Amino acid sequence: MKTAVVTFPGSNCDRDMWVALRDVTGNDPVKVWHGDADLPDGLDFIALPGGFSYGDYLRSGAMAANSPIMRSIIAAAERGVPVLGVCNGFQVLTEARLLPGALMRNAGQNFICRTAELIVENANSHFTSAYSVGERIAIPVAHHDGNYFADEETLDRLQGDGRVAFRYADAVNGSRRDIAGILNAKGNVLGMMPHPERAIEAAHGGSDGRRLFESVLTVVA
Amino acid sequence: MKIRVHVSLKPGVLDPQGRAVHHALEGLGFEGVDDVRIGRTVELDVADDTSDKALAEMCEKLLANTVIENYRIEKVA
Repeated sequence: MKTAVVTFPGSNCDRDMWVALRDVTGNDPVKVWHGDADLPDGLDFIALPGGFSYGDYLRSGAMAANSPIMRSIIAAAERGVPVLGVCNGFQVLTEARLLPGALMRNAGQNFICRTAELIVENANSHFTSAYSVGERIAIPVAHHDGNYFADEETLDRLQGDGRVAFRYADAVNGSRRDIAGILNAKGNVLGMMPHPERAIEAAHGGSDGRRLFESVLTVVA
Repeated sequence: MKIRVHVSLKPGVLDPQGRAVHHALEGLGFEGVDDVRIGRTVELDVADDTSDKALAEMCEKLLANTVIENYRIEKVA
């Protein structure tokens, strides 16, 4: 499986993502810089990592969403290439309108850094087939702007179409309907605030994130 | 041409920052503050022939996130 990790100025989870993908796929991911115009050919999976791209100027993810590389990523997503955005990557995907809604300041105003319990809501997607519906998994969260917002109509549609991938078991950041991760209509783009790449092996304190990457591997391998 | 773009959260969108400032104002003893909403002002200096359409596009594509925010364009001078 040929994977890529995109680095924006201010990304800081790109290496964690790179190591996670290498461990799961057995191949070194390609490192892609935000200023690149084109993605390498033949990619099976693209990851947008966490961090504080462009110092969160204007709005989290707003500047990165307009980076040169994003045009190629949007085109790849439209072709059906699986794209995962974690934390800041999720913010970038919403700002780029690849996913609906927006991520706002946490309701409690505080930066939240701890392990959160998630409920798997959809176990049929490219990213979640190795989980089962209703399963509870432990994945670290570390964010200031993770409060998912969308209007009621959009929330109903997401829920009705099975596009809520993960929900927080308990309210974490004020997200509407405790949404932790959502899919696009085609199901090949997932954005989530929790960090699966930080839960890959026992030494991380848990390995519940590993199956997300293994799910993708089974789809594209 | 000087332009001021006022970006504000849409009605109904919770503003945790505004709520915290509201509490702080009350803590300072100010009474009668019903609500606080925090927005952003962007000042632009643009060519005189910049069209209204171009200004609106700047707001739609970057300056505001229309999922959660409204914007108002003010021509200052």
